[in-house]
Amino acid sequence: MTVTLETRDLQKSFGGLKVTRDLSLKVEQGARHALIGPNGAGKTTVINLLTGVLQADSGRILLEGQDITDLAVHKRVLRGLSRTFQINQLYADLTPLETVGLAVSERLGRGGDWWRRMGTRSDVNDEIADILTRFHLFDVMNELTATLPYGKQRLLEIAVAIAAKPRVLLLDEPAAGVPESERHDILAAVSALPRDVTVLLIEHDMDLVFSFADRISVLVNGAMLVEGPPEAVARDPQVKAVYLGEGADA
Amino acid sequence: MSAANDVSTSAKASSRWRVSEVLFWIVVLACPFLFPSRYLIMTDILRLALFTLSLDLILGYAGIVSLGHAAFFGVGAYSAGLLALHGIINEPVLALIVAGLAAMVLGFFTSFLVIRGVDLTRLMVTLGIALLMEALGERFSNITGGTDGLQGIEMQPILGMFAFDMFGKTGFWYCLIVLFLLFLLARRIVHSPFGLSLRAIRNNPLRASAIGIPVNRRLIAIYTLAAFYAGIAGALFTQTTQLASLDVFSFERSADLMLVLVIGGTGYLYGGLIGAVVFKMLQELFQAITPQYWLFWIGLVLVIMVMVGRARIHRWVLWLPNLVIRQIAGRKATVVVPEADAS
Repeated sequence: MTVTLETRDLQKSFGGLKVTRDLSLKVEQGARHALIGPNGAGKTTVINLLTGVLQADSGRILLEGQDITDLAVHKRVLRGLSRTFQINQLYADLTPLETVGLAVSERLGRGGDWWRRMGTRSDVNDEIADILTRFHLFDVMNELTATLPYGKQRLLEIAVAIAAKPRVLLLDEPAAGVPESERHDILAAVSALPRDVTVLLIEHDMDLVFSFADRISVLVNGAMLVEGPPEAVARDPQVKAVYLGEGADA
Repeated sequence: MSAANDVSTSAKASSRWRVSEVLFWIVVLACPFLFPSRYLIMTDILRLALFTLSLDLILGYAGIVSLGHAAFFGVGAYSAGLLALHGIINEPVLALIVAGLAAMVLGFFTSFLVIRGVDLTRLMVTLGIALLMEALGERFSNITGGTDGLQGIEMQPILGMFAFDMFGKTGFWYCLIVLFLLFLLARRIVHSPFGLSLRAIRNNPLRASAIGIPVNRRLIAIYTLAAFYAGIAGALFTQTTQLASLDVFSFERSADLMLVLVIGGTGYLYGGLIGAVVFKMLQELFQAITPQYWLFWIGLVLVIMVMVGRARIHRWVLWLPNLVIRQIAGRKATVVVPEADAS
């Protein structure tokens, strides 16, 4: 298998606090890879390093074999590395149509278009329609995002990330805070993601992790503790001690 | 594909001309006929409206605060003045464009300083740039005429046909046409993907870049464009008043501009236009009542406005006209939509 996303000896400190220690992670093409770890393990920092929000102190990040360590956030997106946000960071006063439209426009290189009005390019319109339909957002595309049920907002979150046509998708706790009744839609959307998209899932919910992932990395104190297939990770005594023991009653 | 058609129709809906907008411009067109003796103040309002439109583009749409927008106004004003004074470009429209471009160049180079940092940094940097320009104007008083300003500017007829008259009628129509054209351009831009991406950046720059939006490049573009608009406003000032002195760069001018925009409302294009009208009318009114303390009353109005909330005031003001219109034109018609409800 080819490696799609790779980190080599990634290091990051905030002052004296080492939040990422020598992290070497390989995510294979088409994988459903989960990154888990107790609170404070540095999962969010890893996401921020991968997406370029934070700059690593040392180490490299490779996307499809190309070094993206020094690329700006938006350039990584255009290279095919997209993410969802754990905490709701959607545009409350835009509609799903506009939100998805933004991402599609940028991907098709129409985002800087200042003369054409929104809605006048058929390639952009086709794709917006396609994505809104796939994520069951078509009926609500003209509602303000703030007024949508939370489950729909989480779907929109994934839809926006997919609109950038990523080859690697970082899902940051996609089901966090979603009420039980709407949970099914999210899980369905996550498992319906196209197989050629490589997914790195950061998640607390063990049911979701074990039903979804074919490979799991356990992060503790910013360092990789164990990595392997779900069964092996579940059996691992170190993981049980550090993480699952604590996570079992959560 | 019908879904794509729905998307297209919905996406275009926000850029369609509303009845209220058409009414607004009809009222504007009616003004010179209703108040034929007030050309000068109306021209003043038009110039201020254009200047405010410029600030709205960066503040209302892109979220860049500025306390030094007069820098660009001043560069436009002096450029137009110098071009006319030295007979470099005698035709006003051409000179206007060149003056706008001069301000635009300054805007482009200073944008790199402004896009960095947070609101407070931006306030200080923009303020600093305007102060710098003012100081430079003072230093090079052999060019700028110092505190006396440029003396003896004479304007040639517009396009060689329309001479400026002493009542300001030509100046008024000149400013109105320029304002309207630049308004159309701004309207086009804010409804484009580019304009939408600015709103995304204003709301959450981190999120915008995660979508793939090149945040800095967009901010540089809109800041540069806004500088062009402000430069045009400044050039119109010089061309219609035949004055250009150092106060074009003054801090008061930048600060007033912020007031005007806040009064009119940020983030929709009519905010600047309505703000300019209201501000100048209040100024006229208060100056008539208390010539020395009119600023006190403007300040009071501003405080009330911010405390009560503009959306609520709009709703109160529009309640009666909307009621009448609804009786005549049916449920869905509205005269003017409050800022909070307009998209």
